[in-house]
Amino acid sequence: MDGGFDWSFFVEVLTGGLLSGVMYSLVAIGFVLIYKTSGVLNFAQGSMVLFAALTFVSLLEKGMPFAVALALTLIAMILLGLAIERAVLRPLVNKAPITLFMATLGLAYVIEGSAQLIWGTQVHGLDLGIEDVPLEFSGVLVSTFDLFAAGVAAVMVIALTLFFRYTRVGLAFRAVADDQFAALAVGLRLPHIWATVWAAAGIVALVAGLLWGARLGVQFSLSLIVLKALPVLVLGGFDSIAGAIVGGLIIGATEKLGEVYIGDYFGGGIESWLAYAVALVFLLIKPSGLFGQKLVERV
Amino acid sequence: MTAVTIESRKPFSLPGWAATAAVLGVAYVGVPLLASNYVLEALLIPFLALSLAALGLNVLTGYAGMVSLGSAAFMAVGAYTAYNVALRLPGTPLPLVLAVAGFAAAAIGLLFGLPSLRLRGFYLAVSTLAAQFFVQWALTKFDWFSNGNSSGVIDTPPLSVFGIGFDGTIGRYLFALTVVTVITFLVHRLVISQTGRNFIAIRDNETAARVIGVPVLRTKLLAFGISSFIIGVAGVLWAFAYLRTVEPAGFNLDRSFQILFIIIIGGLASIRGAFFGAALIVVFPLVLSRLGSFLLGGLFDSGVLDMSQRIVLGALIIIFLIAEPDGLVALWDRFRRRVFPGT
Repeated sequence: MDGGFDWSFFVEVLTGGLLSGVMYSLVAIGFVLIYKTSGVLNFAQGSMVLFAALTFVSLLEKGMPFAVALALTLIAMILLGLAIERAVLRPLVNKAPITLFMATLGLAYVIEGSAQLIWGTQVHGLDLGIEDVPLEFSGVLVSTFDLFAAGVAAVMVIALTLFFRYTRVGLAFRAVADDQFAALAVGLRLPHIWATVWAAAGIVALVAGLLWGARLGVQFSLSLIVLKALPVLVLGGFDSIAGAIVGGLIIGATEKLGEVYIGDYFGGGIESWLAYAVALVFLLIKPSGLFGQKLVERV
Repeated sequence: MTAVTIESRKPFSLPGWAATAAVLGVAYVGVPLLASNYVLEALLIPFLALSLAALGLNVLTGYAGMVSLGSAAFMAVGAYTAYNVALRLPGTPLPLVLAVAGFAAAAIGLLFGLPSLRLRGFYLAVSTLAAQFFVQWALTKFDWFSNGNSSGVIDTPPLSVFGIGFDGTIGRYLFALTVVTVITFLVHRLVISQTGRNFIAIRDNETAARVIGVPVLRTKLLAFGISSFIIGVAGVLWAFAYLRTVEPAGFNLDRSFQILFIIIIGGLASIRGAFFGAALIVVFPLVLSRLGSFLLGGLFDSGVLDMSQRIVLGALIIIFLIAEPDGLVALWDRFRRRVFPGT
């Protein structure tokens, strides 16, 4: 390097990284919803993303109009949420969190298998009608699609925040997240709330599935984005929506900057583990994540 | 971790001892005489390797209560270390190769076990994924590990101990069986020792364990080390005795999940659980494919088989966690008590 550091290139990589981080956050928000209210780390969130995207695309390819396909997929996701609550969560109530986590591993296998058994394993293209032309802001190129995704994420976060703050159901969610026994004592019905939350996570999965599907094509590897979302969650704390966003931004930016600036020293391809390394180093300093609640350890 | 009862039978009371001897007798004499090459190659050798890996994971997850999603990475470390030792130091006796592979896996296990000193539960499970991705990346990226082989699939050297070849099907079976028997015996001694009780104490209540003087940090790292050692040796069996090739793709995340599923289905914190679970995992795809083509005929192609395998496996996990958290071992014990009361 001859003295000059290419700042506009740096900003371009950074922006690209931040925007792809938003895509991770989209998936991570689904986890946070469920973790906040039922204390379950839902490994099946990725397979729900796959299920949603695959159902939507297949309905579209059967010749349904966009809106009808979207509505049907929405209904399917809500039904899936209800079914999961009834068949998996309710029988496992009061079990150790790690047991529930392993149950969601099984659930992930069931959902992935079913989605592909019903709709087949071929790769589908998905066109949301957003042209991916790069926009230029004073010399820095930014992808339109990424901006659109960031906009969707922003809308979703605002909607969820308003929902949690101003509606009765949202209030009930917060009560359950705060203290399950107290929530039960004042007459909130936990099974209903869990079913609603899982349905909501299904809707978040649908949004993430559409955006990721348009980006990568709808195929099995969509369910692997769960692995991209986990370091984001670890970084941001499992129970904070703000954490999911900030964590996503940090992971996205680090991944892209790392790949561009230090990837060569490792022979490239470090994206697969860099996020985990960052999350781990961070955890060793602050074990409950950036925004996570500090847990009181009980004996 | 769910509460798991410790087996209260005395370690070497007569029925237990006799049953073990009977199983070993059948495994060493009956099986080689009766089983066909197909059964040995496709069922028994992978069964032995997976059982050993599950046994290793059970030390960590079942006994010490730390969930790991990176088992396949430690298998890979074991397999590649064994390959490189055999390649670069020809003439190293096979038992030594196994030991070196185990220690290499244990070293990597200790490294990735360091977060366990501060993290628990999910956070720890997620951090073990780092091991999975990092090891797989390193093995594909640096071709020194595969001796510059561009395809990444490398053949393993012949197996021989002190001049006796173990390359036939029966030979490889007996080799794997012996390794598994020795390690199982050692694990059995371990879990009834003070160290084993320390593992369980930490799993059940870390603070209480600290209060009664269990060295928590050292014990956690020890669990990671021992567990990865065993999983590393299992990796050597998987590559050398079963596949006879070494490739990174065989040690992916799905393999890690498979090993975790084996101990959930077989029974956490139980030595027999690893074997019961591995048997089910190895046999059930075959049963499913027979059953599927019998019921559905031509509709049941390999794609459908693959997907229905995932569904059934996932459903089994959920069913076992709900209905029988202690796994197949608990089912078997109940069955035995009903059929042979008094044993």
